[in-house]
Amino acid sequence: MDKPIDNRAWFLALPVVLIVAFNAIVPLMTVVNYSVQDTFGNNEFFWNGIGWFQELLDPTTDLGGRFFDSLGRNALFSAIILAIEVPLGVLVGLCMPKKGPGVAFTLVVMALPLLVPWNVVGTIWQIFAREDIGLLGWIVNHLGIDYNYTLGPLSAWITIVTMDVWHWTSLIALLSYAGLRSIPDAYYQAAKIDGASRFAVFMTIELPKLRRVLLIGVLLRFMDSFMIYTEPFVVTGGGPGNSTTILSIDLVKLALGQFDLGSAAAMSIVYNLIILAACWLFYTVMTNVDADRDATRVEA
Amino acid sequence: METAWMAWTWQTGLFFMLLAGVLTVMTLLAIFKPETERVGVLRIPTTRGDRLFISLLCAAFIHLIWIYLMGSDPITTLPIGEEGFEVTSVWIASLISLGLAGVIFRWV
Repeated sequence: MDKPIDNRAWFLALPVVLIVAFNAIVPLMTVVNYSVQDTFGNNEFFWNGIGWFQELLDPTTDLGGRFFDSLGRNALFSAIILAIEVPLGVLVGLCMPKKGPGVAFTLVVMALPLLVPWNVVGTIWQIFAREDIGLLGWIVNHLGIDYNYTLGPLSAWITIVTMDVWHWTSLIALLSYAGLRSIPDAYYQAAKIDGASRFAVFMTIELPKLRRVLLIGVLLRFMDSFMIYTEPFVVTGGGPGNSTTILSIDLVKLALGQFDLGSAAAMSIVYNLIILAACWLFYTVMTNVDADRDATRVEA
Repeated sequence: METAWMAWTWQTGLFFMLLAGVLTVMTLLAIFKPETERVGVLRIPTTRGDRLFISLLCAAFIHLIWIYLMGSDPITTLPIGEEGFEVTSVWIASLISLGLAGVIFRWV
């Protein structure tokens, strides 16, 4: 089967290329230009070479310090929500009904949080968790637990993590549910004949079959949590102090609050590179794990 | 068209022209000498384009890591122009990146 590959079809993608050029490449080039210069406004720029990068990557400077701090917070945030959402999502997926009238109802309920816009989720939790009028905050405080997300860093972190778990666990749950539904019944029957325990069934049948969807889920949740802006911004605005200032919030403060275009540009380039590398890594692992499995299956 | 807001410098202009040049050459190569995937030391199938992407990404991180670990002290000044052209140690990172790109294209 030697079918000639005609790459001329790529010309059909030309309109998209033009649109992307205007809304992504030109701004990105501008960011690169800004990152090597300093400005005091009025479109007057002064050459600064790699000065901003030098400062950004030096943790002893103001800029470097806040960059590494918010990078660390962001990594911590992503790690926490992945550690909670993935196991919880799988568990919920396992518990969802597979047939009967409950299926449609459960699916709708599970999909609801995913349909709520980010800023609305933020506003809901901002009010829900307030200690004076919010249902959650008021109850927790009346139970004798000191909880105030505008004053306590720990309370603020618990609030934004819980909010993210509330918003996105459904995604993992629905993905695992779909993955579980695609496992043929024969596997379960064979396990039953072998007298496998529920745990063994999960470890040897369900989890391996879920690998692909879970990789996609982890990838989506990692990228999204690493770039999250709206929800923490609405709830805590990066506070109290800087305790929930993650990269995107810090970047906006730097670029639009202080209008330090040079350092903000350098920061966004490094931020961008980290995300690009993580994306590539996940994508490569994801596609090749499957390829490896297909190859072994063919050999077997 | 007003482009002052883009704040072009000849250095970044040169950088993007080089990048565009490399992409053009790779596209022409892809047209006239179609590429095939192969599996290298990383045990992942890569095409020429993949290897270019990996090289560029590695180059970016090598420069960042170099600035983080080694800084950018001036090494020497080349007698170009009136004030001379100051060469910082970051150019060593560029050379490493270039070498690594060669390695990636050959063995990855």
